[in-house]
This record gives sequence, C-alpha cells and structure tokens, in this order.
Amino acid sequence: MVKIRLAEEEIQNLFMANLVRGTTHLAIGQEACAAGVALALSKGDTVTCTYRGHGHALALGMSLRSLMAEMMGKESGACKGRGGSMHMTDKSIGLLGANAIVGAQLPIAMGAALTAQVKRAGAIAVTFFGDGAANIGLFHESMNMASVWKLPLLFICENNLYGEYSHIRETTPIDDIADRAAAYAMPGLIVDGQDVEAVYAATESAARRARNGEGPTLLELKTYRYGGHSRADTGPYRKPGELAQWQERDPIDILTARMFADGELDQEEFLEIKDAMAQEVFDAVEWAKAEPFPSLQSLDDFVYASGRRPCLR
Amino acid sequence: MPTMTYRQAVTEAIATEMRKDDSIVFFGEDVAKAGGVFKVTPGIYEEFGPLRVRDTPISEQAIIGAALGAAITGLRPVAELMFADFIPVAMDQIVNQVAKYRFMSGGQFTVPLTIRASQGAGGGFGTQHSQCAESWLMNFPGLKVVAPSTPADMYGLLRAAIRDDDPVIVLEHKSLYNLVGEVDLNAAPEALGTAEVIRRGEDITLVATQQMLHRALEAADKLAEEGIKPEVIDLRTLVPLDGATILRSVQRTSRLIIVEEAPRLGGWGASVAALVADEGLFYLDAPIKRVNMENALIAYSPVLEDEIIPNAQKIEKAVRQLLS
Repeated sequence: MVKIRLAEEEIQNLFMANLVRGTTHLAIGQEACAAGVALALSKGDTVTCTYRGHGHALALGMSLRSLMAEMMGKESGACKGRGGSMHMTDKSIGLLGANAIVGAQLPIAMGAALTAQVKRAGAIAVTFFGDGAANIGLFHESMNMASVWKLPLLFICENNLYGEYSHIRETTPIDDIADRAAAYAMPGLIVDGQDVEAVYAATESAARRARNGEGPTLLELKTYRYGGHSRADTGPYRKPGELAQWQERDPIDILTARMFADGELDQEEFLEIKDAMAQEVFDAVEWAKAEPFPSLQSLDDFVYASGRRPCLR
Repeated sequence: MPTMTYRQAVTEAIATEMRKDDSIVFFGEDVAKAGGVFKVTPGIYEEFGPLRVRDTPISEQAIIGAALGAAITGLRPVAELMFADFIPVAMDQIVNQVAKYRFMSGGQFTVPLTIRASQGAGGGFGTQHSQCAESWLMNFPGLKVVAPSTPADMYGLLRAAIRDDDPVIVLEHKSLYNLVGEVDLNAAPEALGTAEVIRRGEDITLVATQQMLHRALEAADKLAEEGIKPEVIDLRTLVPLDGATILRSVQRTSRLIIVEEAPRLGGWGASVAALVADEGLFYLDAPIKRVNMENALIAYSPVLEDEIIPNAQKIEKAVRQLLS
C-alpha cells in the first residue's frame, strides 16, 4: 500500500512535468482494495482492472521499473510503450490488462474464468470495476452469464462514490451496488474497502467458493479516491469536508495503527520501510527516464501475430 | 471429392478443427442445442459436449468479451454473433478490445479468436437483418476479415481462421447457405489474404465477393455470348486485402469494375479503387467503376429489396458501358 501511494504521488509529479502524457487516473486512498484482493490470489489466477489500475498492477507484483517505463512510453515498459497508464498489462503476474473503456474489462475476465473452468485448472479470475461501471450494460451481461455458467470469477466493485465527476446519488438509484447481486443469484457483500484485512478476508472466502465450483461473487468495496477523476482534477464538485472525513480512515493508517497496537511494527520500522520504498520509486523513475523510446521502425509491431500487413501488394 | 452445401461446410470446418484441437470452444446464441438459427451447427454440441459448446444468453458484448478473455488465456474460441447486423451491438469489444489487445499489451498476448456471423440481403429479413458488415470492420488494424463465396472456400477459410493466431471475423452470406459444391476434406487450410481468379478473361476485371461474385459470374456467362471476356476475381479475404492479384489482373485487362452488395460510400470497393488508382493508374484505359447498392436502405418489400441489390443485368450494363 505504501509503495502504491508513493508511486502514484510520483506519477502525478511526472504528469505535471509532462513526462507522462495524455491522462492518468490515480487511486490514492483506495490502496487497500488492490492490496487486499491481490493478497488473496494464487499463481495462475488472472485479473482485469480499470484505467485507475496502477495500484492493481503493483499489488499483483508488477515491477516499478516496468510500470514507470510504461508510464513514460518507453520500450522497456510492461507493454513496450504501446499501452500507457490506462493499459497496464503484465502477463507474468496474471494481469490481463487495465482497460480504458468503462466496464469492458468485465467480460474479458469472464473469458479467463471460462478458460479455468474448461481446463479445470482450479484458477479463478477477478475483475475490478468502479461504481460507474455498474451502470454499463456489460455489468448486467457479465454478471448474468458468469452466474449461469457458474464461472470461477470475482466481481470486485470499488465504489469510490464518483463515476468520473458525478456523485453516485446522481447516477444510481441505490447506495449499495452489492444489492444488484441478488438479481443474478450470486452473493453480494459489502466490505470496508479502507481495511486491507477485511478486503483480504472477503476475497479469500469468495475465492474459495469460486474454486470449489460454486460460482461468482460480487464484492462491493466501499472506498474513496483522494484525488479527482484524472489529470489535474482536484474534485471541486465534492462536498466540503468529505475528503477530510475519508482521510481519517486512511487505509495505510488503519493497518499501521493496528500493527503498532499489536506490536507487529513500530514507528521506526515503518519509516524505514517507507524510506526504502521511496528510494525504490525514485530509482525506478530515474531508470525509466534514461530508457529509450521505441524505435520508429517498430510502428507495425504487435498489430498482427502473423506480422502480415493488412494490404498486400 | 464429396459435395456439400455452404452451410454444411461451416459445420464440417468447426467439427474438423475441434477434433484436432481440444482448446477450441464454440459458443453463441442458440448454437448448441438448437444447432444454430440457420441450422449451420447441428451435431457440434452432441459431439463435443457442454463444456466446449455452449448456448449463451442474448448478450453480444459479453459473448465477444468472454471469447477474448478465453483467447488470451489459452483457449481458441469460435464465437457466433448470429446476424452480422448484431456486430454493432458488440462493436466496442470487437474494435477496441479484440482488435487492439495484442498491440496494447506490447505483444504479451495473441488473440486466436474467430467470430462468425451471417450477413447479406436477399432473404426478406428487413433492414436490420440484411446488411453486409465487412466494410464496417476494415478500418481497424488488428482484425482480419474473411468472406467466403463457395463451400470449398468456407471449409478452407474457416479452418484457416480458427487456426490463425489473430482475431478473424468470418462473414457467411445467408443467400449462399444452400449453395452446393465440391469440398476436399483433406485439403490444407487456405491462406488468409489471397484472392482467387475464378474466371480468366482479358477484356475487363470484375472484383466481387459472395452473392455478388455469383452474380458477376452470371453476368460474365451472358457477356461471353457477345464475345466479351471478363476476368472475375473473388477477393475471399477483405483484410488482408490481396492487392497484388487485383493489380496483376488490371494490368492485363486495363479495365476494372468493383461489384459490392453494400452501400457505395465508405465501402470496401472504394479502398480497392483507391489502391488501383494509386498503384495501377497507367494500366487503365477507362475510369474505375463501382456497382453497388445505392446509398439507401434495404426494405422488407421484395420488389424494393430486389431492386436495390446489384444483379447480373446491372453488372452486364456497367461492363457494356465501360467497353463502349
């Protein structure tokens, strides 16, 4: 969680310095969702996630260098600079991809779950999406089909109260997305998305159910993004005091307070961890800055596996 | 060599490949227990069972998304969208996801996925069930688009599509399902991206696909009686587009007519015309002509549907005009 927080703070700096182009969406404040879910997964499990996906990638184990180089469009990035912030993908850790189209990642994870079912691999698939995606048609199609086929799939809704710039009350007639699970005959659970241990426990139990062939589960993680939707948005459309109220339930503070109280960690050790991670982020950024961009001769690469051009002369 | 219908060639191609490769799964609306709305896939469910062959809910986006997710994790799915007119329902998954997945991931994934759909006019299905889809799909690098015209090509090209490591959309023309032809069941799968000269000729080149190919051949028969010898090319694959075969033909005949079932504006024929204008202009003795559906819509009423789709007479007329 600390690594995600520090990396994302640095990504915002890089965006402001124009080293990260286009747009970028930060999940600062939502770290427990990514970390708690990732902890409950096993090798061979697969994940699709949202364009607010740096945290998911790091929680699953993506290297900071690979992530930072991709953020800057470098050849040594996870996607060789072809993807960028919104398309973080790392096959080696089971991350099938972040997606820049709201809700489009849901059925892709469903297909991965279908593979697991057909191959009887014992693996599960997970798809992260936001409260906004719960109003996309594919939410309905995917929840329905996954339930009919009893696929080993976890639907993880990170409800951060805002679909882009609009509050959930203005776009959705219910407060709890989990209520919708009933329509698909699957369990729908509300989880404290700021408490990494709660997220882990809920995911672990839903994952066990999926691996046992009992079908999909919808987990709604109640969380909050400290920043705005993207780029330089600071979220002025939010109620005064709302951010401060959520910051009192900061996921890193909740975990460290518990660990301090239990004697599992002391302040000094925590600062050491934090310093080491800050150094790791710094090193990755400096490394990525020095890495080369893709060669201009590689424009056609990765369009077709067969390498054939679309028009043959 | 056995003879079979274009419809049976689809069944045979899927079954043949599924017998060879356990990673092939097949799903879509009504494809399993019912054997498909056009009875194109009977027996597949019975032979391969419910794990690999599935009826889906009426959820076109989820069908394509699931097929993509399965394709990048080790299966080789064949997904059916029933009518090609439903392709736009799943357009985001096809053009933003399937087409781009390999590229966006920097080559980490390949997408060995086949999407089948039936297309075309002539059946009285009305304006939302009669369109040709190939031109909608050609402007998305990453996709391959196939439009077989004969039972043999359906068998060969569909098998090639299933074996291909890239996403391939195979469009089946509804009006050809009962067409009978010889099919060599032991032939190697066709290569995607090769057009075929179906009829040799020297006076003019006619380029067409599917229903229009058969009408072009009908026109060529009629014209031959007058001593006019058209060369007829079946494109077979729209992407990759076999420009070389077209250019070679035009170099010999010096005249080109492109016959296309879909509306003129933005149609694939415009890309063929542009290619020849670009690279073969000095081969030409006459302007390039296109015979198309006009920029109108397909009506339910049989007289209006018949009138709007190019027929042999319209093709003959265009040839005579260009040669006069």
